[in-house]
Amino acid sequence: MNLSYVWRIFVGSLHAMVPITLAGTGETVGESSGLFNIGLEGIILLSAMTGALGAEAGGAIVGLLVGIGTGFAVGILFGLICTYFRGVQLVAGVGINLFAMGFVSFWLIHLGVPGHHAVAEQARIVDIKTPYGAFSPLLVVAIVLPIVAHHILFRTKLGLKIRAVGENPQAADVAGIKVNLTRLFSTAVGASLTGLAGAYISIDWLGSVTKEISAGRGFIALATVVFSGLNPLLVLLGGFIFGFFDNLAVWVATMPAVQGVVPWQFISMTPYVVTLLIVAGVIGRVRFPAAMGQPYERE
Amino acid sequence: MERGARLLGKTGELKKTIVAGIVGFVAGAIIILVFGYNPLTAYTALFRGAFGSMYGFSESLANAVPLILTGLTFAIGFRGGMFNIGAEGQLYLGALAAVTVSFLRLPPAVSFVISLIFAALAGAVWSLPVAILKATRGVHEVISTIMLNWISRFLAFFLIAEVLVDPLRAEKTVSITEGARFALLVQGTSLSYGLVVSIIVAIIVYILIWRTVIGFNIRALGHNERAAAYAGIVKWKIILFVFISGGVTAGLAGAVHVMGRPPTYAIFSGLPAVNGLGFEGLAVAMIGRNHPIGIIFAALFFGGLLAGGREMQVFAQVPLEMVRVVEGIVVLFLAVPELMRLFAFFKRMGKSRVPAGDSE
Repeated sequence: MNLSYVWRIFVGSLHAMVPITLAGTGETVGESSGLFNIGLEGIILLSAMTGALGAEAGGAIVGLLVGIGTGFAVGILFGLICTYFRGVQLVAGVGINLFAMGFVSFWLIHLGVPGHHAVAEQARIVDIKTPYGAFSPLLVVAIVLPIVAHHILFRTKLGLKIRAVGENPQAADVAGIKVNLTRLFSTAVGASLTGLAGAYISIDWLGSVTKEISAGRGFIALATVVFSGLNPLLVLLGGFIFGFFDNLAVWVATMPAVQGVVPWQFISMTPYVVTLLIVAGVIGRVRFPAAMGQPYERE
Repeated sequence: MERGARLLGKTGELKKTIVAGIVGFVAGAIIILVFGYNPLTAYTALFRGAFGSMYGFSESLANAVPLILTGLTFAIGFRGGMFNIGAEGQLYLGALAAVTVSFLRLPPAVSFVISLIFAALAGAVWSLPVAILKATRGVHEVISTIMLNWISRFLAFFLIAEVLVDPLRAEKTVSITEGARFALLVQGTSLSYGLVVSIIVAIIVYILIWRTVIGFNIRALGHNERAAAYAGIVKWKIILFVFISGGVTAGLAGAVHVMGRPPTYAIFSGLPAVNGLGFEGLAVAMIGRNHPIGIIFAALFFGGLLAGGREMQVFAQVPLEMVRVVEGIVVLFLAVPELMRLFAFFKRMGKSRVPAGDSE
């Protein structure tokens, strides 16, 4: 095994990391404010679809914007239900996932491509070519964003507000912070980033839409958030670990020494097994906002 | 008095479910319209297909059979304050466990019983890591069940392709031996006596949750964790019980499906007929308000949508998947505890002042 092989695996892992990190960073912002959105999977699926169609209609940038917009719209709906209408967050999240699964399959069949919709080449994001390989511009976003999010959450007044409504909404309310509005804003921002993750998958990384394009990545992003204990910098690390195994699975499956020895199905399992083990390994040490999952109601 | 209040509470639940249902169908109609189909033709075909004939109704019931059981998986957890979405994976393994028994060439009645037991065991075993990780490490069940669903999916792909494969037809597993199949309840349809199993299990779950000490403890934990701890309820025991019994019903769901579904009584590669039965169970449980009786009706309703969806696809050209879109919207709105107040809220926006007298 030579060095360029290792390098290629590394670059592949970075690209597999992007959607997890984007969605995970978004969810970190939302969860810091107290909203736990298990609809990430659905948002990724929906925005992969809308992003792809947007890109084919108006170019890659439009596609990304449409993906973000889709995430934002779903985030606002989820946020409204879970703040002002005091909805049950887990149930609403399941609703989003079911809706997305149905709607994307419906849409693909409507377009006459029930299995697999390949995104037109000219609609895809152009990678940055360097002597060290081709990199997606969104890779830069996925690395910078957690740093920015960390700064905002822990170093600015806005971040303090977000964390306050997640930790102690009563006190935040007394201090004059609009609890529900802050939560709505946070979860909408989070969902928008998840939308970007979805658009990245369809118009950049994989270049196609299928009804299973999200492949559990929304839930893995959730797991990464758990792993990180709501620290965006650790989301970046967690995303990389998952991306590494996700990419490794694809790579190992094509290795002649492995083919025919280990069935591909077992290799495809590894990212999920690793996620489970990592979450199980770290969890006792992380702490979540005290008011997470609870709707806030003035007394 | 108390009974009256409880009854009132239940009609409130029912009303809310109906309102959420209406919202779902209206939103679905809008989507159908936007995509250039005719919602009226679509819904007419949908309901005619589901409930318009004896055949349609039988198919609706047949679809409901596994959904009742996966709905119960979620409901047991929900009553205990847990969000068990692992039915999907447990159902795959339950179905495959039932198929495995057909390799043993046992006498018919024995094979039938052992298939059911194996399926229930497979579901229970697959839910163990979830319970153990939650009880010992505090891992949230949403994450562990979803990861296990994906793992079991690939495990199922492997078992179907490499272990349980039909030597004559590589795209499917061997069929359940004739002696281990459920007899048909209505000839010429897919409805088998599996329905009886689902209903019996629903009754057992009802008794378990509302008429036994362990059921009381489960509900106490779901209602108020701290009070349950003071009452001396041992949390890890409840967690273990909830996930194992959920696994049993999900495993059985897989068994009644594969043992009672003509014509092949087998599982195909890619899991086409089993795919989603666990996730739909979630929606069934929520629409049935996590009550066994409600779940039976909600499963029939869902089963009907699936059966009628085929008719809708043929007569209105609306893809079958529309059914899931409606389901998703219904669940989304069911999340709102006081759905009726949502409408009051919109009314209020038009008026200047709210009349006092909110019940809470």
